[in-house]
Amino acid sequence: MASSAEMTQEENNWGGGSRPLGARYGKLMMWFFLLSDALTFSGFLTAYGLMRFKFESTWPIAENVFTHFPGLEGDQPLLYVALMTFILIMSSVTMVLAVNAGEKMNRKAVTNWMLWTIIGGLIFVGSQAWEWYHFIIGDSGAVETARQEILHIYNEEGERLSFSQVVHGMEEGHASNHGETFTKAEVLAAMKANEGMYIMEPGKAGVSFTHEASVAMLEAGDVVQGANMIHNEYGQKQFANFFFFITGFHGFHVFSGVVINFIIFYNVLLGTYERRGHYRMVEKVGLYWHFVDLVWVFVFTFFYLV
Amino acid sequence: MSDHNGTWWIWKVFWILLVITGVEVALGIVKPEFMLTQLFGTSVLNYVFIILTLVKAAYIVQIFMHVKFEKKGLKYALYLPTLILIPYLTFILLTEGSYLFQ
Repeated sequence: MASSAEMTQEENNWGGGSRPLGARYGKLMMWFFLLSDALTFSGFLTAYGLMRFKFESTWPIAENVFTHFPGLEGDQPLLYVALMTFILIMSSVTMVLAVNAGEKMNRKAVTNWMLWTIIGGLIFVGSQAWEWYHFIIGDSGAVETARQEILHIYNEEGERLSFSQVVHGMEEGHASNHGETFTKAEVLAAMKANEGMYIMEPGKAGVSFTHEASVAMLEAGDVVQGANMIHNEYGQKQFANFFFFITGFHGFHVFSGVVINFIIFYNVLLGTYERRGHYRMVEKVGLYWHFVDLVWVFVFTFFYLV
Repeated sequence: MSDHNGTWWIWKVFWILLVITGVEVALGIVKPEFMLTQLFGTSVLNYVFIILTLVKAAYIVQIFMHVKFEKKGLKYALYLPTLILIPYLTFILLTEGSYLFQ
């Protein structure tokens, strides 16, 4: 039998029986998983930053790319993504409220707050789908040169023109193509007819070309509308790849979070945790859910703001 | 969470996060002239964005994820790897990737 002095030492240090971290196995493992996931996401975002610095002159400015807001016409930079951020923060709040209610063994409140969290998550995933849809469909269209550089069309006043405005004229055309497809011949004919039009690189430090050079570049190149893994009208093609990959990976986290939340919610309904005597499972999925919010905070900054 | 009464502390963090996000969005739309000064390779505005983001992240981790109220051992187990490995990862990727600029 150990002496009392040894026992005290064991409790103070890391001996078995005491709980130096004060957390149970499941919670600890969730934390270590989140730690590794945090490293994964920071790797992605750092790679994004590296590529962005490398291609600064052709890297799209996010506020010129994500300008749509449901029901509003024209440029609404940042507004939609701000709404998405708000939705995710809100669902994080309802998740804390669910965990808090679980600690008080208040089954009704846990049910209620879990349900709100799931709804918030679904709205967020839906919003992301909507944003992807508009990103893929495209907005103004661009010229892709034979060297696969993306260039945008401007008029003599230095306004960015959509294909719709180039072909139909400033009065008739829309600032966005609204899903209308234009051929290279149409855009080329309109550009030739209008002396003031020229093309420019999309980035913050983009170079512009003269009208003659612009027409020649379009003649040798092609028009591109919308975005996919190979072409995108917004600028440097890696931008679209990173956008699909990072927001896609985050969106997948949100989606799986919703699924896991739903399973826990179902178990709350069944009374599983009531019988078990504690709601620690709610706490564990709560950690995951907050992590998803945490990652979004960084994606929001590095993709949309900086 | 026996050290908390009610839910006011949750809503307090909610308002802090909301206000910070609001400030970020407003700055992102307005882009004040004086904040566009270049400093160590990027604008002052970008530093402001990154600092505000880290403040938001701290609130989420400390309060929502409850780390502030955990034992010291768990805090170290979580903070040390993050605070050492993420800056290290960023540093090594950016320096080793610098050949791309040549």
